[in-house]
Amino acid sequence: MSMHNKTPLVHISKRREMPWYWSFGIRAAAIAAAFLVCAFVTMALTGENPLAVFATLFYGAFGTERKIWILLQNIAILLCIALAVTPAFKMRFWNIGGEGQVLIGGLAAAACMILLGDKLPNGLLIAVSLAASLLSGALWGAIPAVFKAKWNTNETLFTLMMNYVATQLVAFFVIVWEVPKGAGKIGIINQSSEAGWLPQIGDYKYLLNILIVAVLTLAMYVYLRRSKHGYELSVVGQSERTARYVGIKVGRVIVRTMILSGAICGLAGFLLVAGTDHTITTTIAGGRGFTAVMVSWLAGFNPLSMVFTSFLLVFLDRGASEIATNFMLNHAFGDILAGIILFFIIGSEFFIRYQLHFRKRSKKEV
Amino acid sequence: MDHRVAAVSLRNITKSFGTILANDKINLDIYRGEILALLGENGSGKTTLMNMLSGIYYPDEGEILIDGKSVVISSPKDAFAYGIGMIHQHFKLVDVLTAAENIVLGLKEPGRLNLSAVAEKIRQICRTYGFEIDPNQKVYDMSVSQKQTVEIVKVLYRGADILILDEPTAVLTPQETEKLFAVLRNMRRSGKAIVIITHKMHEVEALSDRVAVLNHGAYVGELATEKTNAQEMTNMMVGHQVSLNIERPEPVNPKPRIEVENLSVRSIDGILKLDGVSFTANSGEILGIAGISGSGQKELLEAIAGLQPVEKGSIRYIEDDGSAEELVGKDPLEIEAMGVSLAFVPEDRLGMGLVGDMDLTDNMMLRSFRSGSSIFTNRKEPQALAEQVVEQLEVNTPGLSTPVRRLSGGNVQKVLVGREIASAPKVLLTAYAVRGLDINSSYTIYRLINEQKKAGIAVLYVGEDLDVLLELCDRIVVLCAGRVSGILDGRTATKNQIGLLMTQTGGEDEHA
Repeated sequence: MSMHNKTPLVHISKRREMPWYWSFGIRAAAIAAAFLVCAFVTMALTGENPLAVFATLFYGAFGTERKIWILLQNIAILLCIALAVTPAFKMRFWNIGGEGQVLIGGLAAAACMILLGDKLPNGLLIAVSLAASLLSGALWGAIPAVFKAKWNTNETLFTLMMNYVATQLVAFFVIVWEVPKGAGKIGIINQSSEAGWLPQIGDYKYLLNILIVAVLTLAMYVYLRRSKHGYELSVVGQSERTARYVGIKVGRVIVRTMILSGAICGLAGFLLVAGTDHTITTTIAGGRGFTAVMVSWLAGFNPLSMVFTSFLLVFLDRGASEIATNFMLNHAFGDILAGIILFFIIGSEFFIRYQLHFRKRSKKEV
Repeated sequence: MDHRVAAVSLRNITKSFGTILANDKINLDIYRGEILALLGENGSGKTTLMNMLSGIYYPDEGEILIDGKSVVISSPKDAFAYGIGMIHQHFKLVDVLTAAENIVLGLKEPGRLNLSAVAEKIRQICRTYGFEIDPNQKVYDMSVSQKQTVEIVKVLYRGADILILDEPTAVLTPQETEKLFAVLRNMRRSGKAIVIITHKMHEVEALSDRVAVLNHGAYVGELATEKTNAQEMTNMMVGHQVSLNIERPEPVNPKPRIEVENLSVRSIDGILKLDGVSFTANSGEILGIAGISGSGQKELLEAIAGLQPVEKGSIRYIEDDGSAEELVGKDPLEIEAMGVSLAFVPEDRLGMGLVGDMDLTDNMMLRSFRSGSSIFTNRKEPQALAEQVVEQLEVNTPGLSTPVRRLSGGNVQKVLVGREIASAPKVLLTAYAVRGLDINSSYTIYRLINEQKKAGIAVLYVGEDLDVLLELCDRIVVLCAGRVSGILDGRTATKNQIGLLMTQTGGEDEHA
C-alpha cells in the first residue's frame, strides 16, 4: 500500500459566492484564452495568419449591412426557439423536441398559404396561418406532456421521437405539394400574389421578425419571474412533492407549460415560413431546436441573458462559414474554431463555481 | 491522560467553506479503549471535523497525527489504510445485495471471491462484539437498525480500529439503542477508539468516557463524563445558560377536532402502511405519535393533509359547532376550500415543505401565491411575512434573498414552521419537527408548538425522542407496523412502556 505522505498538489472546493465583476472577468479571460488557442491552431494547421482569420470571423458576422441583418434574423429565430424551450426546462421537463415543434408549426403555415392562398383576404390568411402554427406546435408539445403527466413516460425520448415524426410529415407534404411535379421541393409559395407573407417594415425584410422576438423576450422574462404560472412551474421543477404539498396540480402545470413551449416553437416555424423563407423544407429548422437548448442552458434560463448567448452562437456560426469560404478551407475548420471558443466559455463556468487550492510551496510552521 | 499516545491527534485543524469558517484551529485527541462523545449544536462543525478524518474533506490548515506520526488523509481510501472507519447518518448500502456482499463490495482481495469464507469472518466479528446479523440476508429485508449493524460490521471487516459514528441513535428505538451501546462497550473493551457524534445528553452520560464540545466551529473544551452533568455540557455547547425543562400547560377546554376511524392506507407497491387506525385529536392538546420510523407515521399525516390516497376508513374534521366534514378523498386545495385550515410541517423539509433553491420570500409565497385574481404574484405580503418570521423566530440568514438550502437545518425548520403557523391553522401536523436540530432551535420549536396548543389548536406531534414525547405531549398514540398498539397518557406513561408498544402489535389487549 503506497502511503504518499504529501499534501495533494491541488484540491478542489466549491465556492460560496463571488462578486459579479469577478465572474465577468473569468469569462472574459476565457474568451481571450480561446482566441489565443485558436490562433495557434490556425497557424499550426493551415499556416494562415491568425489575425487575418479572426478578421474574417468578424467580417463574416458584421462585414456588410446585409450580413448584419442576416445575423440579427438568425439570432431572432434561435432566440425565439430558446425562449420556447425555457419554461419547459425550468420545470425540468427536458423538451428536446423544439426541432419538431418548429417544423410542424412551419408546415401548418405553409399548408394555410398553399390551400387558402386565393380564398381569403391577406390579413385574415395571415391570422389563420398564425393560429394554425401556434396550435399545431402546441399539440406537438402537449402530446408528450400528457403522456408524462398521466403515465410518467420519459419526455426526453418522447420529444426526440416526435421530431422524426414531424420531419417525415414535412417530407410527405413536400411531395404532395411539390412544384413543378417531380422537383421534390415546394419552391416559393404564392410568389406572384405574396398571399400569406408577413408584411415588410419599410425596406427591412427581417425587421418584423426581430421586433416580434424582442417583445417575446420581455414577455417571457416577466412570465417566468412575476406570473403565478411562472412561479408554479419553478416549484414543480424544483420539487414535485413540494408542489403537491401546496396543492399545485402537477400534471396540469406540465401540460400547460408544454402547450406554451410548443406554441412558441410553432411561432418560430411561422416566422420562418411566412416571414422570411416563404417555403418549407425538412431542414428549415436547421438543428436550431437543439442549439436552442444550449442557448437556454448557457444563459441559466434567463431570457435576457439568452440575447447574448444566442448572439454568441450565431456569431460563431456565421464567422466560421465565412472563414471556410474565404480561405478555401473545409467548413469543418470554422467549426473547430467555434468549438474551441465554446469549450473555453463553457469550461470557464467550472472556475466560477469551484476554487482550486494549490499546494503551498514551503510549509514550515514551527 | 498525557502519558498515553493518542490514536488520533488533530492539531490546529481549520476548514472553511467560502466565507464560513466551519472549523477553527481545532485540537483534539482520540485514544484507544475509550469512547469520546463529540458534542455540539448544528453547524458547530462536528461532522465537518470527522469528515476530514475520514478523507471526505481536506483541511485547509493543520495536521493530523496517527499514533504520533504526521499523516495526510486525502481520500476515504487513505482513511481506511489508517484504520479509520466512519458510519454516516445516511447508510450507503446496495438494497438488492446481501449483508455479506455489501460488506465486501469494493474490496480488492486476491483470488476468487469466496462468499462463505466472508460469511464466516462476518459471523466471527459478530460473535466477538455481540452483533446479530445474518450475512445472507438481503438489505431490503432489513430494519434500519440491522442496516446500521451492517455498516458497522463493514468498517470492522475492513480492519478499522478507529470508529466514528455520526448520530447513530437518531433512527433507533430505545431497545435498539441499548443493544448498540452494548456493542460499542465491547469494542471499547477490545481496545478500539470510538467517537460518537450526538446531541443527546443522556447518551453522552450513558456511554462515553470523555466529552469534547464544539461551538460555532471552535473547540470549547473537554470533560471527563463522570465529572460533569447534562446542564454543564449544555451550557458549554450553547455558550450560555439554558433551561432543559419543556413546558406542558394543561389543555384548556379540549374538544374533538380530528376523528380518525378505522383508517387503512396502502402504498403504491401494495404494502399495507396503515391498518385500521383510529384515534381522536383534541383542540388545545398535543397528541404525540410514537413508533419506529416507517411504522406509518408519514402516511398518517399525509392522509390527513389530503396527500395520500386512502383505502378505507374516515378522517373527520369537527368544527367548533360540532358539525363534521369528511377529509378522505379530498386534495389539499379542496380541503382548504372547505374552510379547514391545516398546517403541515413534513419530515422532508427541503424536499416537501420548502423549495431549496428559492429564497425566503418565494418560500413564504408557497402557501399564499394563489390569492388575488391577478395573473401576477404579489411579493409584498410574502416579503413582509418573511421579515416577520426572521425577526420573531431569530432565523440566522444573510438576507431574505438567500436560497433556503444555504441555511442550517435549524433555520430551515424555523422558516417552515414560521410559514405554517402564520396561516392561523386549526390543526397543526408536525413530523420529526426537531430532527437534526440543536438544543436551542429545538426549544424554540417546542415553545412555538406550545403556543399553538395554548391558542386552542389541535397539534399532532410525530416524534422519535421518547424523552421529549413524554415531556411535551398530553397523550401519545403508539404505532407499530401500521397499527395503533396503544394510546397512553403523556403524564403517566414511561419510556419502557412506549418502547415495548413500539415493537409489538398486540399491545392494545394489554391496555384495554
